[in-house]
Amino acid sequence: MEGYSPRLLDLIPKEREWLVQRDEEERKHGASEEKKLELRLGPPGQEEDWTRKNNSTRKINDERSLFSLGYFPNVGQNTNTNTFMIQAQKAQFQLQPTTTPQGLSVMGKESSQSCSTKVADLQNAAEKKMAFSPAPAANTAGPNSSQKRTAPGPVVGWPPIRSFRKNLAGTSSSKPQPESQSVVPNKVSSENPVDSCPKGLFVKINMDGVPIGRKVDLKAYESYDKLASAVDELFRGLLAAQMDSSAGRIQNKQESEKAITGLLDGSGEYTLVYEDNEGDRMLVGDVPWHMFVSTVKRLRVLKSSELSTLRLNSKQEKVPLGADMR
Amino acid sequence: MMNYFPDEVLEHVFDFLESHRDRNAVSLVCQSWYRVERFSREKVFIGNCYAISPERVIARFPRVRSLTLKGKPHFADFNLVPSDWGGFVLPWIEAMARSGVNLEELRLKRMVVSDESLELLARSFPNLRSLVLVSCEGFTTDGLAAIASNCRFLTELDLQENEVEDRRGQWLSCFPDSCTSLVSLNFACLKGEVNLAALERLVARNHNLRSLRLNHAVPLDALQKILMQAPQLVDLGTGSYVHDPDSDTYNKLKSAVQKCTSIRSLSGFLDVAPRCLPAIYPICLNLTSLNLSYASLIHNSELIKLIHHCSQLQRLWILDCIGDKGLGVVASTCKELQELRVFPSDIHGVGSAAVTEEGLVAISAGCPKLNSILYFCQQMTNAALITVAKNCPNFIRFRLCTLNPTIPDPVTMQPLDEGFGAIVQSCKGLKRLSLSGLLTDQVFLYIGMYAEQLEMLSVAFAGDSDKGMLYVLNGCKKLKKLEIRDSPFGNVALLADVGKYETMRSLWMSSCEVTLGACKTLAKKMPRLNVEVINENDLIDASSDDRQKVEKMYLYRTLVGPREDAPEFVWTL
Repeated sequence: MEGYSPRLLDLIPKEREWLVQRDEEERKHGASEEKKLELRLGPPGQEEDWTRKNNSTRKINDERSLFSLGYFPNVGQNTNTNTFMIQAQKAQFQLQPTTTPQGLSVMGKESSQSCSTKVADLQNAAEKKMAFSPAPAANTAGPNSSQKRTAPGPVVGWPPIRSFRKNLAGTSSSKPQPESQSVVPNKVSSENPVDSCPKGLFVKINMDGVPIGRKVDLKAYESYDKLASAVDELFRGLLAAQMDSSAGRIQNKQESEKAITGLLDGSGEYTLVYEDNEGDRMLVGDVPWHMFVSTVKRLRVLKSSELSTLRLNSKQEKVPLGADMR
Repeated sequence: MMNYFPDEVLEHVFDFLESHRDRNAVSLVCQSWYRVERFSREKVFIGNCYAISPERVIARFPRVRSLTLKGKPHFADFNLVPSDWGGFVLPWIEAMARSGVNLEELRLKRMVVSDESLELLARSFPNLRSLVLVSCEGFTTDGLAAIASNCRFLTELDLQENEVEDRRGQWLSCFPDSCTSLVSLNFACLKGEVNLAALERLVARNHNLRSLRLNHAVPLDALQKILMQAPQLVDLGTGSYVHDPDSDTYNKLKSAVQKCTSIRSLSGFLDVAPRCLPAIYPICLNLTSLNLSYASLIHNSELIKLIHHCSQLQRLWILDCIGDKGLGVVASTCKELQELRVFPSDIHGVGSAAVTEEGLVAISAGCPKLNSILYFCQQMTNAALITVAKNCPNFIRFRLCTLNPTIPDPVTMQPLDEGFGAIVQSCKGLKRLSLSGLLTDQVFLYIGMYAEQLEMLSVAFAGDSDKGMLYVLNGCKKLKKLEIRDSPFGNVALLADVGKYETMRSLWMSSCEVTLGACKTLAKKMPRLNVEVINENDLIDASSDDRQKVEKMYLYRTLVGPREDAPEFVWTL
C-alpha cells in the first residue's frame, strides 16, 4: 500500500508540467494559432489542424462518432444533425476490443465505488488514494488522457453536493450530526486542510522559544514518527541558534545542537500538539494518521513542562458567531 | 406616441411585467420610462450583493418592498470558498432601516446572516411578511425568535438548507397568540428540538397555513396531531417518520392523512420506518412534487412501491439507491415528470446501488416533458447522451455529475464530448449546463457553437487548453455565470476578451493555469470588475511573483469598486 502513495504524488507535478508544456507548444505556433482560436460557425476544416497537431498525444484518429451511423435514423432529414456530424469529422464507428470494456467496467465500478466511499469519509485519505489509482490506468484512450486531471487522491468538493448530504447515507439520524454542533456555524467543519490543497498539505508549525515558524507538508510523511523526526530536523538548528543568542555566547554549532526527542510520548523536553478543525488543541498521536491529517489545522511544539498549565481544549478562543464586520 | 401617455398609465402597463429582466429592459427605453419604472418597481432582484451598494439600490428604487439578494459564489456550496469570504446582509438591512424602506419581503441566498441582522430586521420593518433564507449561515435560533416575536404580519418563514446553530431556546413559542397569518413555515433544516405543544397550537390557530416543513425533531405522533389541525395543507415536510406501524398512533396518522386531500408536495423522511410508508399512499396520487433525497433508509423496493402510486409527479428528488430499475419504474409511471434530481447516497460498500446511463435513458424515453435534470451517476456513455438528447429536446437545465470526475465513456473509452455536444445541439433552450467525465476542448467547441441560450456553465476537470474556454467565451452570448475548477485554462483565455466579463455576472476559476500577473492585468484594464484572488494558505502576497499560479480567482462586474469587507485572505486586485 505504501508503494502507491509516492507514485501518485509523483504523478501530480508531472501532470502540471505536461500541461504547461503543451501550452507552450501551442504558443509557439504563433499567429496561425491565434486565428484558430476564433470561433467559426462554418464547417471546421480548420479544426483538423488542431486535431492533427494533437494526434501524437491524443490519438484523435481513434475517436469515432457514435451517432454517425445508426443512432440518428433521420439523418437525411435533419440538416442540423448533418452539420453536427461534419463538425465531429468522424468516420465509421469502430468497435473496441471486447476485453477492454469488460475489464474497464469492473474497474470503472471499482473506482466509482471507491469514489463514493471516499466522498463518505474524507478522513481515509491515504487509503482512498490507493483505491483511485486504477482509474488512470483504465483510461486506455491514450497515454496522456490518463495523465490529465484524473484527480488522484481525495478530490475537494467532488462530487459536488452540500455537506449535509454527505452525512445522510446509512445514518439513522435522530441525533444531530456532529458537524451541526459546531459552535461556529459559519465555519463549515467539513472544510479542512485536505480540502484546500490537494497538491500538498502545508500547515504552520511553531515552536516555543523560536519566533519564526515553519511550514510542513504533511503529505510527505506517512506516520507520526516520520513527522516527529522532521520536526526535529526543522527546529534543531533554529532552537540552537536561539539559545546561542539568548545565552550571549558563541558556541560551536554542532555542540549546541541537541536532538529534539520524545515529542510524541511526553518523555522529551518538548511535546507536539496540534489545533484541529474545530479549534481545539490536541495531543498529537491519539488518532490514526490519516484521520489526523484530515483534521489538523496547525502544529505547535510546546515545552512539556508547560502542558499542564495550558487549557488544551479551549473553546473560548473561537470566533464569535456571525462574522459580521461591524 | 407613448410619451403622450400619462405616467399612471405607463405604471399600470408596467405592473404586468413580472420579471426583473423585463423591467430592466423597459427602463432602458427612454428617460421617462426609466423614471416611471424606477418609482413603480417593488420587487428588486440583486444577483450579486457586491455588484451594487444598498444605498444606490434604495436611491433608485425608493418604493422597494421585496428584496432578493445573492451572496457567495455557487462553489461555496461545495466548500471551495472559505467561510468568511463575505456576503453579509447586515449593511443592506441597516441601509433600508435608515431610509425608511417599507420592506415586506426579504429573500437571501448564500449570505451570512447574523442574529443581529435578524433582530434589526424584525425591529425595523413592521410590515415584514416574508423571510426566505436559502443556504445561509451565521445565525442561531435566537435570531429566529426575534423574527417570531416581532413580525406581526408574518406569512412566510422559509428556511432552506441553512446552517443554523441551535440555542435550545423556545423560538417557536415566540410566535404570539395573535399570530394567525402564517401561510408557509419551513424549519426542516434546524437541528434542535422544538416545543411540540407550541407547534401544535401554532398550526391550530393559523388556518391559512398551506406549507409546513418540519424538522427531524418532530416525531410521528406530533405529525398526526398537526395534520388533524391542518387538513388544508398543500405542501408537507415530515419530521421523523418513525413509529410502530401496528400502533394506534399510526392508524390515527393514516386517517389524518386521508383527510389531507390538498397535499401536492411532500418531503422530509430523514428518519423513516419504511413500514410506515403506506400511510401516505392515499395522497401519492395527487402529488406533483416529491422529495425523498434525504431518505437514505428507504429501501429500493419500497421506493418503487411508493413511486407506483405517484402518477402525477412533475418534480422528483431521489437518491441513487433507487437504481436504474427504479428509474425505469419512474419512467413508466410519471408521465408528467418535468424535473428529476438523483443524488448520490454514499454507500459504504454495501452493493453498488448507484445509477448509470441506463436509468437516464429510460427516463428520457418515458418522460416527454422532462426539462430539468441533476444526475449523479457512476458512469455515462456518449450513446446514452445522444439518445437522451434526441428524446428530450426541451432541457432547460442539464447537470450531469459522474462520481469519478474524469471517467470516459466506459464502452468506447472516448471522452464524453460527443454526448454533451448532442445535448447542446438538440436542446436549443438550454440555460444551465454542468459537465463531468472525461472531456476535451471539443466539448467546448460544441457548447460555443450551439448553446445559444446558455446562461450558466459549470466545468470541472475538463478541457485541454485555453481554446476550450475561448470557445465558450466567444460563442455563448448569453453567458452570465461561468465557474471552472481544475481545468487547464490560463492567461490567454482569461485575457482574450476582457470586455466579455462586463456582460456576465461572474467568473470563478480555481486550480486552473491563470497567473497572478494575468489577474493584475485584467483588473487594471477593467475597473468595473472586481478581480478577487483568494489565498487561504498564505501562498500569495504582495511580493509574490506575477508568474505564480492563482489557486482561486473570483471576478464579477460591479458598479461600486472593491468591497470594503473583504477578509485578509481575499485580495482584490
